Amino acid sequence: MRRDIFQAIADPTRRAIIALIALHSMTPNAIAENFKTSRQSISKHLRILTECELVNQEQRGREIYYSLKIEKMKEIDEWLEQYRKIWEARFNQLDEVLLTVKNKKK
Amino acid sequence: MKNNLQFNFTVDKATKTIFIEKEFAAELSLVWDAFTKQEILDQWWAPQPWKSVTKYMDFKIGGRRFYAMVGPEGQEHWSIQQYSSISPKTNFKMLNAFADKDENPDLPGSNWDLNFNEQNGMTKVSITIKNDSLVRMEKMIEMGFKEGFTMTLNHLENLLATLSQK
Repeated sequence: MRRDIFQAIADPTRRAIIALIALHSMTPNAIAENFKTSRQSISKHLRILTECELVNQEQRGREIYYSLKIEKMKEIDEWLEQYRKIWEARFNQLDEVLLTVKNKKK
Repeated sequence: MKNNLQFNFTVDKATKTIFIEKEFAAELSLVWDAFTKQEILDQWWAPQPWKSVTKYMDFKIGGRRFYAMVGPEGQEHWSIQQYSSISPKTNFKMLNAFADKDENPDLPGSNWDLNFNEQNGMTKVSITIKNDSLVRMEKMIEMGFKEGFTMTLNHLENLLATLSQK
């Protein structure tokens, strides 16, 4: 199963988890207290976030603390910007083509 | 954009939906042709230095366009666009998927919805692309940028093309 960042943020519970751990690192139990869903389903969401490489895990004593890789979130934006540029380039080319066609018609 | 034609690009990350709006200084029938006829489509579809080469295009409901993005080193990335709905000069919808050279699609693809409308001799095209995965987009970016493609070069080339017409 290939994971991508969009999958990480496609689910409202996961988005809420991201918002929580963006503030400070938390244990799965502490995260689960904020939701009505089962502890099990929170674990599953955390596993997906881990697979998407969006979270850091840190072992402290017997507890695992989850925190957000902020730079990963920034990556999404940088990335989309590149995609936007491709469209921009494409459309610049189309502007030119339309201009050429119009000039020929004259 | 080197002109003042409107261009908007927004993304709803949660739903993996991309919204693109672009205004063109041309009448509707011409813009419609630019999107639906292979000889014009191939002139602009690929970001330079890549070229779009359409093997065949059957623009009707259920028909498809099978084309390659050909890179400067001759590398080929094939794609299929299958048309699911067409309202002439108003709207068309298609499924877009990468494919191999034997036309086997690499699913899932993305769903495209393109709307066209003319106002005062300008034509606005609104495109919605649903469920483009990161993997797909990565491939697009790779194709557009790997070869040292830059906006500056692109502008320069456009400028030269415009000047040479005068």
